[in-house]
Amino acid sequence: MAVSAALAVLGTLIGLYISLWAQNFPRTVAALAAPATGGANLTLETVATVGKKLSPQHPNWVSYLVKSNGRWIRSTVFRVPAYSVVHVTLYQFDTPTGLRNPFLSEVQGTVGGTATLDGKTFRSVEPEEASHTFAVPELGLFVPLAGVPEEAKNPCEEAPCELSSAHRTITFSFRTGARGRYRWQCFVPCAAGWLLGNGGPMQTLGYMDGFIDVV
Amino acid sequence: MTAAAAYAISERPAPRPWWRRLIGFNLLTAVILGVGGYYLGWWIGHEIVGKSFAFQEKTNENDVALLLAYFFGVAGFLIGLGFANYPVSRLLGRPPSLREKEEHGIARYFGLCTDHKVVGMQYMVGIGLFFFIGGLNAMLIRTELLHPTPTFVGPDTYISLVGMHGTMMMGMMTSGILGPFANYFVPIMIGARRMAFPRIESLTFWLLMAAGFILTSTIFFGGFPTGWTGYEPLNDQAVMGMDSYICFFALVGVSMALLGLNMMVTITTMRAPGMTWSRLPIFVWAVMATAVLMVLAAPMLVATLLMAAFDRTISTSFFIPGGGGSNYLFENLFWFFGHPEVYILALPGFGIVLELLPVFTRKPLWGYRLAVAGLLGVTLLSFFVWQHHLFVSGINADLRPFYMLSTEIISLPTGFIFLVFMATMWRGRATFTVPMLFCMAWAFNFLIGGLSGVFLSDTPSDTTTHGSFFVMAHFHYTIMGGLIFTFFAAIYYWIPKMTGLRFNELLAKTHFWLMFVAFNSTFLPLFIAGFEGQPRRVSEYAPHLQFINVWVSISAFVLGLSMLIFLANVVYSLIFVRVRAEANPWRSKSIEWQLPTPVPVHNFDEIPVFDADPYDYGLPLPVAGTRPAPAGAG
Amino acid sequence: MEGPNHARRFVTLWLIASAIATPLVVLLLGPALPPGKATEQASGQVTDNTVLIGMSTPILLLVVLYLLYAVIYFRQPRGAVLEGPSVHGDARVQTTWLIVTVALVLALAAYGTERLYAGNGAGSGSGPAPLTKPSGAKLPVQVIAQQWYFTYRYPTYGGVETPHLVLPVDQTVELHVTSIDVIHSFWAYQLGVKADANPQVDNIAYVKPTKVGSFEVRCAELCGIWHGEMFDRGKVVTREGFETWIHQQQASFAPATKVLPPYSKTYLPEPPRRGG
Repeated sequence: MAVSAALAVLGTLIGLYISLWAQNFPRTVAALAAPATGGANLTLETVATVGKKLSPQHPNWVSYLVKSNGRWIRSTVFRVPAYSVVHVTLYQFDTPTGLRNPFLSEVQGTVGGTATLDGKTFRSVEPEEASHTFAVPELGLFVPLAGVPEEAKNPCEEAPCELSSAHRTITFSFRTGARGRYRWQCFVPCAAGWLLGNGGPMQTLGYMDGFIDVV
Repeated sequence: MTAAAAYAISERPAPRPWWRRLIGFNLLTAVILGVGGYYLGWWIGHEIVGKSFAFQEKTNENDVALLLAYFFGVAGFLIGLGFANYPVSRLLGRPPSLREKEEHGIARYFGLCTDHKVVGMQYMVGIGLFFFIGGLNAMLIRTELLHPTPTFVGPDTYISLVGMHGTMMMGMMTSGILGPFANYFVPIMIGARRMAFPRIESLTFWLLMAAGFILTSTIFFGGFPTGWTGYEPLNDQAVMGMDSYICFFALVGVSMALLGLNMMVTITTMRAPGMTWSRLPIFVWAVMATAVLMVLAAPMLVATLLMAAFDRTISTSFFIPGGGGSNYLFENLFWFFGHPEVYILALPGFGIVLELLPVFTRKPLWGYRLAVAGLLGVTLLSFFVWQHHLFVSGINADLRPFYMLSTEIISLPTGFIFLVFMATMWRGRATFTVPMLFCMAWAFNFLIGGLSGVFLSDTPSDTTTHGSFFVMAHFHYTIMGGLIFTFFAAIYYWIPKMTGLRFNELLAKTHFWLMFVAFNSTFLPLFIAGFEGQPRRVSEYAPHLQFINVWVSISAFVLGLSMLIFLANVVYSLIFVRVRAEANPWRSKSIEWQLPTPVPVHNFDEIPVFDADPYDYGLPLPVAGTRPAPAGAG
Repeated sequence: MEGPNHARRFVTLWLIASAIATPLVVLLLGPALPPGKATEQASGQVTDNTVLIGMSTPILLLVVLYLLYAVIYFRQPRGAVLEGPSVHGDARVQTTWLIVTVALVLALAAYGTERLYAGNGAGSGSGPAPLTKPSGAKLPVQVIAQQWYFTYRYPTYGGVETPHLVLPVDQTVELHVTSIDVIHSFWAYQLGVKADANPQVDNIAYVKPTKVGSFEVRCAELCGIWHGEMFDRGKVVTREGFETWIHQQQASFAPATKVLPPYSKTYLPEPPRRGG
């Protein structure tokens, strides 16, 4: 009797252990469809401090947020349709850190080979001005995101950031091909306080890295 | 009166009521003090030390706090168990308490007990528990590898899983045979009443348990991304879970060094009259060789991890090139420990197999001196080969031919072991009991592991196979196929002696065959996967390799099932059914089988005098190796 | 000893099995061994692997056949409880074994060393000062590994940096592999090249492609979350194709080339310790 009870407790503990490990991916967000031109719309923002509400364990980490149903949520797995064009609008609220490899300061892989920054088309940024990048290496997509100047008034203190705070707006489009799960990541060493800037949020799904599920 | 009776009457304390037993130095106190120590360390780390490091505010991580928390937690745990009692009471001038030598009751298995047999049993259950947890991680890893892209867990969780599996296994199974079986049987085999340092013996066990708990707790701190090798600079970049790894291996290193020290001193100084070095059972020789490796290699790991901890906390740059250090320093320091470490895993397996073969083939061990030369040869050479892990790392190209040669030379003493194995079976009368089956499986598995090692030792060939699944298959064949199979051989062989109970034969044979077939089905295709270009430690691989990976994953699940069958056998035979075993079911002539079961706490009524070879099979003597001392001695 | 002459029986069995199996393995399995014959270094590795597998086959057969033989012939007869012969050793057998295995090991080590030098490192990363360099003109290509992507720089073409590796056929390439953050490893499978990318270290590997085609590049040293996703496809093309390609890369990456630091064997990352 005691042994059976012990075994049951052991089984439960094991089940709990496995489920602790099998942390599922951050919630998948489907990019909203754009009926006029076909394809999909993806609205993102990058924030310097994600805050306690969106990340109780890591309130001081940088993070990407995505707009889903009008609200900003912290998820980095986006579902987009295959063989279509995805239009990305990105609001960048963070200050520059600078690219470690200045090669990535040039826009690659977008439709037309360029992106727009605050309405003006650009092909590359100054490497020291980059705050983050949005890159999907397998699709050849690299877009450097210029940073908000250090002296800007009303910087955004904590996520979710509203457009009233100082920000840069970057838009670009890219084509998706065959179905698959492609990773995307930031290439700026923007994780403050970590060795070489690549720890913490840069190495945890749900902050500066994620997946694009082309379905 | 006999020494035993005098001992029993004078030393046994009066039994106390159960609530009284709860207060005092036992596991409950240990856990309470451990938790208290953890929070004390955490508080010190946050309030006193942590404020000095500005970067910690941005990272939301305080490695100092976690390391201090673990340190104080382990200290509290050990104090609670009573390890400080003897030093403190002696410092205060008081005579030591002998409550640790209680002879009866299940409570002594849950605390500090200086009876080496109790420590052996504790090790068996404790290591079994963490082996099971490590195996569970392996099942999760194989579940993820069913698909070529990350599906079940995220890639950061996956590499944490891989790291946890490897680290748990490497840390725990180094004491996998020495812990349970050497602790239990080496004093008996050399004719001693105890180990040289009984309290340290118990300490090594509880350090290992604390370490295992600490490693399991890494999941609450984000896991660690470096795999079991902990390479810098990724080590420094990692989240707080890395500190669990550092603490785990530091404790394991200390435990290993102390265990090895204990074995070396016991075997050297406490052999009974007549037990000369050339009469030592081969298992004891293997333990001695392993102990030498443990004592020399483990402290290297502790020192290396201390440096890594400094890099993570107080921003030193031992291993960070940007600050003037070198990542090569870590690689070399780690592998200087790491290579002897894998021989620490392999040598006890050799010892078990060579110890069991004579019993089951009814022949003496063929080439005893050659076997000893093989064991000692491996021990010596294992310190000269470590750079074969670094062939493509950009080390000085001049060094590579030397390490190629030394790594290939180390196959010579291993070859001796195989010759001894085969020649002992030659014209023998073998019965294929379950322990013998595991020994035969060892020969097959270690052969494949060893031959694949020859491929890896050849630098041009290693260019393609380094860091691929070929290496994975190689070390699983040598470590799991070598050590784990012999671990089970030893369990099936010695459980009738340790518990007096018999395992169910059908379940045991099912366990063996399922395990052997599933093991080979799991790891043989991985050689092909490595040859086809699948790197280690990744959850994304080329799509054309999916068939192999699915095959391997399913075989791995069957392998896990065979372990469950073993567990079922344990529960069935040792807890529920409890059939009494005969006194000497294997008709072994080794001395432990000539003692009553359970072995009395003082082992022998009189210290035996050895006067014959340990493997006197093939001769009609009833008991080889002992005769009672003349009257008046002992 | 009465009974069948086990020694003669077993050795005959083993010799026949080896004589049949070894040529089969060498001829059938040999050409399929990794990493293929697309470069000189890879072909050298295939030959090496073939020799190793040819040598392993008799050894594998020796032990496996022996185990099977022992299970059949050296077992306890049914229902009996006999003892075996009390033999403690045989100096002749030990000496023969020792001599044969020592000779094998020395021969293997010598062969591996010869292969290593003849192949100029046989595709492996040989550090900043490799002992042997191939003769003739070498095309230097720098492989920059970063978390979590490989880029490639061609110093003799203006230091242009490209996201994919393209090499001309029949040209010795001197790969300089380095990292700008943690340890990675550049593994180009079909090229037969693997060299660890260490921060602030220049790890040189030589490769001479002999066939046009594509190859897979993967990272072979755990470097963090996307270690498994750090892969790429490279191409070996004709010389004219390479010239066309590199000029096209120079044109399309001109803005990036302007802001790149000057070509150097290693790069000091900024900031050298903590980021942010």
